[in-house]
Amino acid sequence: MTRTWAGRIGFYTLIAVLLAFFTIPLLWLAAAPFTSDPTYEVRMPDFTFENFQTIIEHPYALGSLVNSLILAIGTALLVVVLSALAAYALSRVRIPGRDALLYALLLLSSIITGTAAMVPLFQLAIELGLIDSHTGLILILTGGLLPAAIFMIKDFMDATPKSYEESARVFGASPLQIVRHVVTPVVRPGLATIAVWTIANVWGNFLMPFLLLSDVEKQPAAVIMYTLYTEGGQANLRVLSTFGLLYSVPVVLMYLFVSKKYGFRFHGGIKR
Amino acid sequence: MAQVTSPPKPAEVVSPAPARRYSSDAAGLGRLRAGAFVAPALALIAVFLVFPALWVIYLGLTNYRLTGAAAAEPQFVGLDNFVKAVTDPEFWDSTWLTFQFVLGSAVIGQVVLGFTLAWMLKDRRGTLKSVVEGLVILAWILPSAVVSFLWVALLDRDAGTLNALLGIPGFAWLLDHPMLSIIIFNTWRGTAFSMMLYGAALGNVPPSHLESARLAGASGWQQLRDVVFPHIRGHILTNLLLISLWTFNDFSPFLLTAGGPDGKSEVLAVHVYKVALQNGDLGYGAAISTVILLINLVVAVFYLRLLRSKK
Amino acid sequence: MAAIELRGLTKVYPGGVKALDSLDLTVPDGEFFALLGPSGCGKTTLLRTIAGLETATGGAVVIGGRDVTGVQPGGRDIAMVFQDYALFPHMDVSDNIAYPLRIKKVPKAARHAKAAEVGARLGLEQLMDRRPGQLSGGQQQRVALARVMATQAQAFLFDEPLSNLDARLRLEARTFLKKLQRELGVTTVFVTHDQAEALAMADRMAVMEAGHIRQIGTPAEVFQRPANTFVAAFIGSTPMNLLDAVVRGDTLEVAGCKLPVPASAEGLLTEGEKLVYGVRPEYMTYSAQPVDGSLTGGVVILENLGASHLVTLDVAGVLVQAVVPEGHEPALGEQGYAVPRGDRALVYRDGELVTA
Ligand SMILES: Nc1ncnc2c1ncn2[C@@H]1O[C@H](COP(=O)(O)OP(=O)(O)O)[C@@H](O)[C@H]1O
Ligand SMILES: [Mg+2]
Repeated sequence: MTRTWAGRIGFYTLIAVLLAFFTIPLLWLAAAPFTSDPTYEVRMPDFTFENFQTIIEHPYALGSLVNSLILAIGTALLVVVLSALAAYALSRVRIPGRDALLYALLLLSSIITGTAAMVPLFQLAIELGLIDSHTGLILILTGGLLPAAIFMIKDFMDATPKSYEESARVFGASPLQIVRHVVTPVVRPGLATIAVWTIANVWGNFLMPFLLLSDVEKQPAAVIMYTLYTEGGQANLRVLSTFGLLYSVPVVLMYLFVSKKYGFRFHGGIKR
Repeated sequence: MAQVTSPPKPAEVVSPAPARRYSSDAAGLGRLRAGAFVAPALALIAVFLVFPALWVIYLGLTNYRLTGAAAAEPQFVGLDNFVKAVTDPEFWDSTWLTFQFVLGSAVIGQVVLGFTLAWMLKDRRGTLKSVVEGLVILAWILPSAVVSFLWVALLDRDAGTLNALLGIPGFAWLLDHPMLSIIIFNTWRGTAFSMMLYGAALGNVPPSHLESARLAGASGWQQLRDVVFPHIRGHILTNLLLISLWTFNDFSPFLLTAGGPDGKSEVLAVHVYKVALQNGDLGYGAAISTVILLINLVVAVFYLRLLRSKK
Repeated sequence: MAAIELRGLTKVYPGGVKALDSLDLTVPDGEFFALLGPSGCGKTTLLRTIAGLETATGGAVVIGGRDVTGVQPGGRDIAMVFQDYALFPHMDVSDNIAYPLRIKKVPKAARHAKAAEVGARLGLEQLMDRRPGQLSGGQQQRVALARVMATQAQAFLFDEPLSNLDARLRLEARTFLKKLQRELGVTTVFVTHDQAEALAMADRMAVMEAGHIRQIGTPAEVFQRPANTFVAAFIGSTPMNLLDAVVRGDTLEVAGCKLPVPASAEGLLTEGEKLVYGVRPEYMTYSAQPVDGSLTGGVVILENLGASHLVTLDVAGVLVQAVVPEGHEPALGEQGYAVPRGDRALVYRDGELVTA
């Protein structure tokens, strides 16, 4: 009896400590945006919305969120379309050297990280005139995310019975009709997963836009956020806290949406 | 031979058509069209992933600089950059810091915390579980620029919440203990992955094994050692390799300390950035990148070996 | 409507498995034809090669007098029901049935009218708006049938159409399918590993083994006169008695008993020859009193088959089975006498039926 009581007390103490460890750093983000004159201290907010007003007036804040959106959506579209096409072909057709190709892709995507490739990517962007270009950044981000995306979506395709396509084929559907009428709708949950995964990745990515976009007008929220708290003088905590919250909310909403719709099942490669 | 007991009517006349070959995959795509489907993705991967990796090796053999004479006409310098790295105490310092960072925040911090959480929440349902899991995952999914600043605020020497809670105002975490700060920060940030992986792994341990251990009177620790660990050994190894690889390549310490003060938290990822893009020594930076690439390769090959042997 | 003709059809899978070995087969126009065989014998491969989903390694497929060996599946004017039905999960029943017409560019209104008509014929009126996931196995099967009916193809191919149904439903669907095929009169090839299903439904059938056809005939012929011991052992809900025999004058010595030579083999045997004597348990007359020309032994097992019993006799160490009608079943351990029907007993030499 005493042992179970001791066990319980131990359990709840440990949970409480862990909960505190994971909660305390987040409190500031919840409180400061609604506090009139926020400091680094976490205080009970007075629930003002004035800080949001300052964001609207800030020259780069809203624009940077739009930039983040452009980068995320653009990359997601490209990644979803290209990875789906490639994964479909790789899943259904015995292309010579397919297994070696898949192995190479998996290897490449895990070893060539932003850190390892930042020098040549910077070089490449200069040579191709892709510095300060959203298109350039989207292409570079897409190249980095594609191998893992092809892997994930190929899993979905492999799990889809071939008889759907064969059945359509016997009725006389052309390959493109089969892809449009049958394959795409059937793997739609897989495509949605890839889209969400890509958006989350690009939305949070700091290094690549930091390296490749020097024009403040084009920088996404990640870079503006960093600029806001490092650039000289006293950091404007009203702007910082509110901007941080606005920048975070879409990620949280997306997480809630995914976990509601599909259950937050474990995907080995959901984040790199 | 087939024995026909009831022969059918004689067959009609047949107009023979030349036997043509066509593709027999499920959708009738054929190799040509399949190639066209794969090509755009491969092209992007080749240009923006494979080519940079190869080029970094070449750049590492030159004295290429961001500005000045060597920017216009880089010279081939052979292994000079690598020799420079090996003899440069800053490089070794940075490597040692990276080792501490990976060991402290990933191998110890995230694994221990992730497993503890997964084990404690294993048989629970309901609010407590979703609240704890939700918060741990929140730390993982929020943008790194945001969470970095949250930690700047938390660790602030004068008004930071941590000093207020501990009652030690004026304690300069980021200045006096930068490595400890980024290690704890990264543990906080990355635990979710390990927690979810171990959660899934523990779900696969057959309850009957645990029950029979419990019936035999095994203590909690004995159950872990004799039943759970043998079952999830593969998961532990997978987890260790992946988070080591990610942590090794993580750039977010830069957002918290920018490598400072005085290079005391300058892990390799930040070191490359400083050497190549702040000091403009692209050739030397590329050489260090090559070293990172090689270390990544070793870890990744080890990991893929493991995956294969499991299948 | 069209006949299907296969000439020397061979299929070798990449990797070297020879699934079909130079098959010749003709299915006349309008026939309901069953392909029967143990699993792995190549039935699905044969069906898929007819459909064009697998390309033939050798030989020719001729449908309706047209050589379609090199023609894409969509150009062969056939329709196929897959074992898992392959109903599109994202389309409702109506769209599923209308899909073949959508490919043929039939206008939307017309194809849905046709779907409604075919659906009504199969009793699917109430289900037209449901997704396949919301249907029972039997309903899914009828939707798959409706979809092939909507194609108005020259021939239907069914791959184990009943194997996903539970036992009760399977009997119903069997009757339904046979009636439907009668009414439509479309040449139909269906694959099954269940010999009772093939016997019950087919006009004619082929029994396959390891890529070869071992017998083609009507169900009655295949049941009564299996062409070889493989077919003899495979067909029938109770396995045929296949007993070693030696020719002794004008009798056969089987398990120490003397039996008359069956009518089918009269005059075709040589003295002292070693053969296999085959007779179905259904073609045995059981008697508790001694009878001439019987297989004699103690009753060792009694199995209730419902309206009859299966009696197993131990005849000098060889087990012999006979079906005994209700009310005449013997007691365990009693001495029994089983007399084969002379006009139904068969003799096999080297595994092949001895016949004139
Ligand atoms: N795609 C394939 N590749 C290689 N071998 C195959 C393939 N499909 C079937 N086989 C082989 O061909 C033989 C016949 O298979 P199948 O036609 O499916 O038999 P059935 O339908 O009678 O059970 C089997 O030995 C099977 O293993
Ligand atoms: Mg089969």
